[in-house]
Amino acid sequence: MSGRSIFTRPARFAAIAPYLWMALFFLVPFLFVLKISLSQTAIAQPPYTPVFDVAEGWEAIKSAFAALSLDNFHLLVTDDLYVLSYLRSLMVAAVSTAILLAIGYPVAYGMARLPPRWQAIAMMLVIVPFWTSFLIRIYAWINILQHDGLLNEVLLALHLVSSPVVWLSTDSAMYLGIVYSYLPFMILPLYATLSKMDPALLEAASDLGASPLAAFWRVTFPLSLPGIGAGALLCFIPIVGEFVIPDLLAGSDALMIGQTLWLEFFTNKDWPVASATAVVLLLLLLAPLLLYERLQRRQLEQA
Amino acid sequence: MADEISKVDEAASPTAPPPVAVPAAKPEAPAAGMPLLRIDAVVKKFGQFRAVDGLSLDIHAGEFFALLGPSGCGKTTLLRMLAGFETPDEGRILLDGKDMAQIPPHQRPVNMMFQSYALFPHLSAKDNIAFGLRRARLSPSDIDARVSEMVALVKLEGLENRKPDQLSGGQRQRVALARSLARRPQLLLLDEPLAALDKKLRESTQLELMELQRRLGLTFVIVTHDQAEAMTMAGRIGVMDAGRLEQVATPRDLYEAPHSRWIAEFVGDINLIEGKLDASGDTHLTMARRLAITTTQAGTIYVAEPRQPLTRDNLCVAIRPEKVKLSRRPPVSDDTRAINRIDGVVTDVSYLGGMTSYKVKLDTGLVLRSSMANTARLDIDAYSPSQRVVAWFSPEDCLVLEQ
Amino acid sequence: MASRPNKLSSFNIAALALGLAFLYLPIVILIIYSFNASRLVTVWGGWSLQWYGEFFHDEAMIDAAWMSLRVGATSATLATILGTLAAVALARGAGFRGRTLFSGMLYAPLVMPEVITGLSLLLLFVAIDAERGFWTVVIAHTTLTMCFVSVVVQARLGALDRSLEEAAMDLGCGPARAFLSVTLPLILPSVAAGWMLAFTLSLDDLVIASFTTGPGSATLPIRIYSEVRLGVKPEINAICTLVVALIALVIVAASLASKMSDARGKSAAPL
Repeated sequence: MSGRSIFTRPARFAAIAPYLWMALFFLVPFLFVLKISLSQTAIAQPPYTPVFDVAEGWEAIKSAFAALSLDNFHLLVTDDLYVLSYLRSLMVAAVSTAILLAIGYPVAYGMARLPPRWQAIAMMLVIVPFWTSFLIRIYAWINILQHDGLLNEVLLALHLVSSPVVWLSTDSAMYLGIVYSYLPFMILPLYATLSKMDPALLEAASDLGASPLAAFWRVTFPLSLPGIGAGALLCFIPIVGEFVIPDLLAGSDALMIGQTLWLEFFTNKDWPVASATAVVLLLLLLAPLLLYERLQRRQLEQA
Repeated sequence: MADEISKVDEAASPTAPPPVAVPAAKPEAPAAGMPLLRIDAVVKKFGQFRAVDGLSLDIHAGEFFALLGPSGCGKTTLLRMLAGFETPDEGRILLDGKDMAQIPPHQRPVNMMFQSYALFPHLSAKDNIAFGLRRARLSPSDIDARVSEMVALVKLEGLENRKPDQLSGGQRQRVALARSLARRPQLLLLDEPLAALDKKLRESTQLELMELQRRLGLTFVIVTHDQAEAMTMAGRIGVMDAGRLEQVATPRDLYEAPHSRWIAEFVGDINLIEGKLDASGDTHLTMARRLAITTTQAGTIYVAEPRQPLTRDNLCVAIRPEKVKLSRRPPVSDDTRAINRIDGVVTDVSYLGGMTSYKVKLDTGLVLRSSMANTARLDIDAYSPSQRVVAWFSPEDCLVLEQ
Repeated sequence: MASRPNKLSSFNIAALALGLAFLYLPIVILIIYSFNASRLVTVWGGWSLQWYGEFFHDEAMIDAAWMSLRVGATSATLATILGTLAAVALARGAGFRGRTLFSGMLYAPLVMPEVITGLSLLLLFVAIDAERGFWTVVIAHTTLTMCFVSVVVQARLGALDRSLEEAAMDLGCGPARAFLSVTLPLILPSVAAGWMLAFTLSLDDLVIASFTTGPGSATLPIRIYSEVRLGVKPEINAICTLVVALIALVIVAASLASKMSDARGKSAAPL
């Protein structure tokens, strides 16, 4: 991409402020999460112990270190509640990502084949719901899916069901909400990759004897794999930690890890366990996160 | 689809020197018989714009045909219709007697080499070449054999496992060529294939393409805006302008006998002198019938009588610069070739290596261009600016074109 | 090269139409029902603005809305400044030591589950004994939205014709001057678009705000969420419609801004 130029050195100075900010407000907090995850809960303010108080001197700090333990992690790994929560989160994320791919790919493909003027409009149309409040969109679905909501009304009117169906507080409602919220995150990277493809490649494939289906499978699809990777990771990773959607739309018998964390923190006031939950979640997501950073870097460099 | 594999004689191994640049005589206008490709009154419109406007053309098997014309003349559109990427609005395209109208690109025995090469970036050179063969469902061993053959043909040995972004421009061009030849198409279409190459590479590739075409006995149709390229490679050239064919001829006929003023100007350099036919009849010079054209800017010019009878009064005398000779002293007065002679002054001299190009401002007003080959290394006869000369040319070397 | 209009099969059109309908239908229904005079969703009681009236009398909601607007504007401004700086560094700075770490840190919030970022920021604030309220939420939102601004501005910088800056330097500007007088005006529409993006994201955030806010500083999403947990209320429909209208306005402004940005300074060299 760009080599060295006279702008290079001054431009690097611009990185200082954001660098410091992110280091302070993004990286450093993780250290605190780690520290708290190794602590015990306490009825105190703050609600954990030990507390590192620099004012109390070196001895106090050393004994505080000694008080750290891996108990919370032990709990997470052994208690079924948490293990199931993690597994459920991973499964929900995987299934949702698959559904998102199945819906998002045809839409992105259709968008990429529109005449250029229409492509800009289509992109706007896809982005706009994303900017419309996320919470509002979920609420909109609650509106429709509730017991005396619009969906049941329509179904009853069409005589497709004899009595109102329970839609809310089900996994189906949750999947619907997830797919609804994350669709733009899947469509846009796919569209970005598909629209960059040289149309002459499809003509060449056709010229060489490939039917339209063979041309898609052998040329378009392989070339769209980076977009698929980016879209899938952009959806999978956040969905694992989702809180709002399962909280509002899913049933309460099985919780996703985001809900568990919230519960521990706000309801049980058990900050150490909540932190440990976050640490384990982060570890689980480490591989996909690094993969995503790699893909992101490669795509930005190629742009 | 020609499955008959005329076993190609082994291409030069990597250690042998590249073929010497002396092409054999190009096939002349081919013999009569059913043409391989017949384009019949084809029209293609984009909205109101007629990209191809009622064009008819026959191309014979084994020909190397060039479609030449300025940008926007419709040559690429015509090529794409032959490949099947566009369908004609009117007219028919017949390949080997069969109407191609309903046949989509992937089922035609036609292959195309794209201007941008359109190599599949996710496949190696080898897999790019094999792509069409796999679609044709050849057996794996046949595919391997054919791919090796193609790789040897375009001299890409050792590079076949590389991806396109690891190859140079010239190497990518060879992959594109090998890929388009792999299926032995009846007709190979080339869309400005040499545009991206530098001059030296372009020249050597031109000769290689010609030799390939001759050796494999295929029919090539090439689209180009570069006349030198068309003249070098093609046996016949079709000059297009604004969706129509202006003239179809061999390079020599196109250059020496253009049908119209526009073609005369488009192909090569030319001097144009406007004038009117002098109705007072021929001159005292016998042997062949002569016409006298009265011009305002160059006096009376004598030309050989053209083959087609003239229908208009407003004419144009056209002479190629290399036919305009310069000398310090007027030529001998009874030299019948030098009957057209005008005095003038040299205003510009351009030394171009193989030849020198002069601009001569005639005493009668016109500026003539003359070019002479530099046949001797030390040329004491070269003219210099502001030197007085006599420009003369023979009536046989003149063309009469209607305005 | 001649433009070749892509052929669109009926399957493609159907997929597109269905996808877009799916995206928009729930919101449209919501907006319609905000004008429903009847309390019940099942009954259409005619057009009415009573729920809007109720919202404007609900002090808690108004306070939360005002809080959200202030937080949004402040954090968007901070995020825009920092995000633009980051974009400049990444787009023009070529490779520098720590670039990978820098871009990794910058773009991580894009993917990171919000519960993690929310929790970690809260723990930081508690550790340094900061009073949780307006400023902690602003800091949190700035951290979250910075990368979005950076993406938008970086894309614009990448597409900008470099020779414009070089021409400025050729005519006597130093690098900083060239940036300020040539580049900055040209990317300004993108910067504005980034601001609006950061604003809407801040307006919308629930999870991180929940973690980092303090007593008495609830934002609108927090209030809406607590109401929604208790069930559907028509007043919520009205609030949501108002928010949608506000965001629609912001989006129109953003697209006008980026249209202006496209008109000038796009690379003149043929691609």
